[in-house]
Amino acid sequence: MSRRRVLAIFRKEMREFRRNKQVISTMALSPIGFLVAPVIFLFAVNASDVSTLYQYPVLLFTLAMAALVPVTVGAYSITGERGQGTLEPVLGTPILAREFLLGKALAVFVPAVAESYLLFGVVDGLVWVSRPGAVSAAALRPLVLLAQLVFTPLLAWMGVWISMTISARVSDARVAQQIGTLIMLPVIALSVLFGFHVLHITVALGVTVGAALAALDAAGLLVVSAAFDRERLVLGTR
Amino acid sequence: MAVQSQDRKTDAMVSVRGLGKTFGDKVAFADVSFEIGHGEVFGFLGPNGAGKTTTVRTLGTLIAPTSGSAVVAGLPLTPANGAKIRSRIAIVPESPGLYQRLSVRENLECFADLYGTSDPRERITRALTAVNLADRADDVSGALSKGLRQRVGLARALLADPAVLFLDEPTSGLDPAAAEEALSLIEGLRRDGVTIFLTTHRLDEAERLCDRVAILNTTLRMTGRPAELRDRLFARTLTVRVMSPLGAPDAVFTGVPGVDGWRFADGEYLLTVADVTVAAPAVTRALVSAGADVLSIGESRHSLQDVYLELIGDQS
Repeated sequence: MSRRRVLAIFRKEMREFRRNKQVISTMALSPIGFLVAPVIFLFAVNASDVSTLYQYPVLLFTLAMAALVPVTVGAYSITGERGQGTLEPVLGTPILAREFLLGKALAVFVPAVAESYLLFGVVDGLVWVSRPGAVSAAALRPLVLLAQLVFTPLLAWMGVWISMTISARVSDARVAQQIGTLIMLPVIALSVLFGFHVLHITVALGVTVGAALAALDAAGLLVVSAAFDRERLVLGTR
Repeated sequence: MAVQSQDRKTDAMVSVRGLGKTFGDKVAFADVSFEIGHGEVFGFLGPNGAGKTTTVRTLGTLIAPTSGSAVVAGLPLTPANGAKIRSRIAIVPESPGLYQRLSVRENLECFADLYGTSDPRERITRALTAVNLADRADDVSGALSKGLRQRVGLARALLADPAVLFLDEPTSGLDPAAAEEALSLIEGLRRDGVTIFLTTHRLDEAERLCDRVAILNTTLRMTGRPAELRDRLFARTLTVRVMSPLGAPDAVFTGVPGVDGWRFADGEYLLTVADVTVAAPAVTRALVSAGADVLSIGESRHSLQDVYLELIGDQS
C-alpha cells in the first residue's frame, strides 16, 4: 500500500469536488432537511416541558445527515471518472485497487464527517447559547453528544462504501445517488426512530448498534473491493 | 542503421506468444505473436475492431488475456505482476482522459505521484517542455483543444519514464496540423530511444514512424519491416516508358538478365524483376540496342497501403 498514491487520489478528488458545483450544492443543501425540524422543535419547546426532550432526543434525527451526505457525494466517485474517460489512464498506472478505492473513500469520508461535525457543532452551540438551562441540559445530554460523535463516522463510512459500490456499477451519478439513498433508508430510519423515541436510547443499545455498524463497515470494504473489477471498469461493461 | 535495428531485436522489450482475448463467444484477437526490440517503434495496424486497443489493454495489464503468454518490460504478463509492469510502461489511450476540472499541472501532479516520480516538479516541467506546453501548465484541461489534450496525455506518459510506451491511435480525430505535431513528438521520442508500441490505422504515419509493423485483423496477418512486407507480397517491378510502342517487345525483354516477365498496361511496360540493380541496366542496354527512345525507367514501389489492402482490404 503506497501512501503517496492514496494521497494522490485523495488530493485529486478534493480538487475536483471543490470545482464541481453539483457536489458543492449537494453538500450544502442536503443537510438542511435534517437540521430544520430539530432546530425548530428545540426553539419552540417550552422550558417547563423539558421532559419531552428526554423522551424525544431530536438531535439524533440529525444523524441521518451523516449517512446521506456521503451517499450523494460518493455517487460521483467512479461515475465521474468514467464520464471523463479517466479510468483507463489512472488504472494504467501502478496504483493498486485498494489504494485507488481508499483514496476515493477518504475524499468522500473526510469532508462528509467534517461537515457533519461542523453542523452538529453549530446546532448544538446554538441550542446551548439560546436555550441555556433545562432545555440545553436535556437536548445536549452526554449520551446524545456521544452518539453524535461515534455514530457520525460509522454512518458516513457506510454511506461511502455503499455509494462507491453503486458508483462502480452504474454510469450515471444521479442513478447512483437514488439507489444509494434507497439502500440507506433503513439506516436513516434508525436515526429517526431514535429521534422520535420509538427506540429508546440506552448505552447498551448504542453499543450494539455501533458494533453492528462497525461490522457492516468492515464488511463493506470487502464488498467494494469485490465490486472493483479493473477489466469491467475499463471496458465499461456492467 | 540496419546494424542498430538488428541490435534492437536481440533485446526484446515485449515478447508475445499466442496471445488471445475473447469476450464470451466474441474473439477480440487470437494467436498473436511478436517481439519488440529495445528502442524500436513497432506499428500495430488494422481496421476498426481488429483488436488493436484490446491488445494494448491486455499488454498494459488492464484486461486479462484468455490464452497465450507475454513478457512486457522484462516481466511475465501475470496478474501478480500487474502493478510492476504498469510501473515500467505508460499507456496513452486514444482519448487522453484528463481530469477536466483540474489544470494541466494538477493533472500531471496527480500522475507523477501515481507513478512515484522523484522530483515531480522538475519532471513535470521537463515533460511539459517536451510537448511544447510549458506555457499552458495552468490552463484548465477541459478548455484545451483535442490536439493539446493529446499532448498533455503524452506529457503524462513521459512522467513514468517508461521502458515501453503504448500509444493507441495517437492522431485519431486530430486536425492535420495537430496530427503533424503529435507525429513530430513521437519522432522525438524515437530519437531518444524510447520503445514504442503504436496502434494506428493511418498507414502514412506507420510508414513514417515505425521500424517494423504488424498487421492485425483479429489474427496477425503479417509482421516485418514495411519494405520486407512489400517484397514478400509483391514482385518487384520496373516500369518502362518509351516514346512509341516497341515492335517486338518479347524479343527485347526475353532473356534480359534479372527480368522474369513483362506486360504492357496504360502505355507502360511493366517488368517483373528479381533484382532491380541487375535488371535496370540490362533493360536499358536492351532498349537502346533495339533502337527504342527511352523516356524513363524506374522501380514501381508498393506502398504500405498496398500491403495493408492486399492483406485485409477486402475484409475491413
